[in-house]
Amino acid sequence: MLTHLGIEPERLQFSWISSAESTKFIDVVTEVVEAVRKVGPNTRLVKNMVREP
Amino acid sequence: MHTYIDKIREIASRLLKEEAVEMVIGYQEGTLPMISPPMSVRSAEDVEKLTWSSHCCINLANYLTDIKGKVAVFAKGCDCRSIVNHIAEGKVKREDVVIIGVPCNGMMERRTISNIFGDEIEEVVEEADGTVIVRGKGREEKYQKSDILRQCCRVCVHKNPVLYDELVADPVAIPEDIQRYKEVEKIEAREIDKRWKFFENLISTCIRCYACRDACPTCYCPTCFVDEAQPQWVGKGDDEPDVMTFHILRAFHTAGRCTDCGACVSACPMGINMRAFTKKLEKDCLDLWDWEAGLTSDMRPALETFTPSDPEDNFK
Repeated sequence: MLTHLGIEPERLQFSWISSAESTKFIDVVTEVVEAVRKVGPNTRLVKNMVREP
Repeated sequence: MHTYIDKIREIASRLLKEEAVEMVIGYQEGTLPMISPPMSVRSAEDVEKLTWSSHCCINLANYLTDIKGKVAVFAKGCDCRSIVNHIAEGKVKREDVVIIGVPCNGMMERRTISNIFGDEIEEVVEEADGTVIVRGKGREEKYQKSDILRQCCRVCVHKNPVLYDELVADPVAIPEDIQRYKEVEKIEAREIDKRWKFFENLISTCIRCYACRDACPTCYCPTCFVDEAQPQWVGKGDDEPDVMTFHILRAFHTAGRCTDCGACVSACPMGINMRAFTKKLEKDCLDLWDWEAGLTSDMRPALETFTPSDPEDNFK
C-alpha cells in the first residue's frame, strides 16, 4: 500500500530475525542502510520545518 | 422505484405495528434535490416519510453500532456487508437487528449530474426504464442512469444483500464483464514519483472536516486517532504531510473491512475520491488472502488472522 502511494520500496523492508541470529541482523541492517542511502533523504511525509528566508 | 417505496413503507409499518422493532432506520426525502438523508422512524404513522431513490448514498450500517434495543434497517448490498462486518466484530448482535435487504442497481453521483447539467437543478426523476430526467431553470434533460452512476457502483459485484430477514424486491442481475480494479491498475501502472504526485494532488483540496470518517461504518472508535491530543499522532493543520498521514491511516484502518460503499466519497464536501486509497487495500486483500469484507461473519477479517501459508514475498 505504501509503495502504491509512492513511498520508495527501499525504505520499506521487512525481515524475520531471531534473537539468536546476530550476524543476520548485522547483514540486514547494513543492507537496509545501503539501500536507503542510495535513494537519498526522504522528502515524502516530512514536514519542512526550516522555512526559506 | 415506486414499488420499492411502497414495499419499504409497508414493511416498516408492519414491523412497527407488530412491535417487532422499536425503530426503523431508512432514508427520507432531502430538502435539496439529489440528497436523501438517513432518518429513523419510531411510530407507524411516520412511515410515509420513508422513501427510496438513487441518492441513498449514505451507509445505514453506520447507525447500528452500540445501538440499544431492537431495530430494523434498510440495507443495500454494500450496507449489508458492513452489517455482517459489524456482527463479526461484535459491534452488533444479529438478533438485535432486522435487516431488510434492498437489491440495488447503483446510486447516482450528484456531482456528475450537476456538472453535465450545468444549471441549478430543481428536480431529478428516475424512470423505470433507466432514464433519468433532470429539471431546472426551465429546461429538462434526459440521461441514462448507467452514465451517471457513482464510481463505486459501476464496479460493484455485490449488488444484492448477503444477509437479510426479508427482501424488498427480487435480486438484481449482476453484469459479468465488470472490471473491478481498473482504477487501481491504472495507478499501479504509473511510475513511483507519478503515483505520489497523483495522491498528493488527490488530497490537495482536503479541508480535514472528517466527513469521510464520520460517514464510514468501519470508523467507530470512541476516540479517533486524529482527535487524540495525548499523544498527538498527527498534526491538526492542513500541512500536506498531516493531511496525507490522516488519509493513509484512515484507509489502513479500513483494510479488509471496507466494503467500497462509497459513503466517504459521497459525504466529502470537496469531492475527493478517497476510494483510490481503500480500493487498493481491497484488491490486496483479495489477491493475497482471497478475502472480501462482509460476506460471512463466520470467518475472522483478513488482518485479524495468521496462517503459516500466508504469502511472505515482502520478507527478506
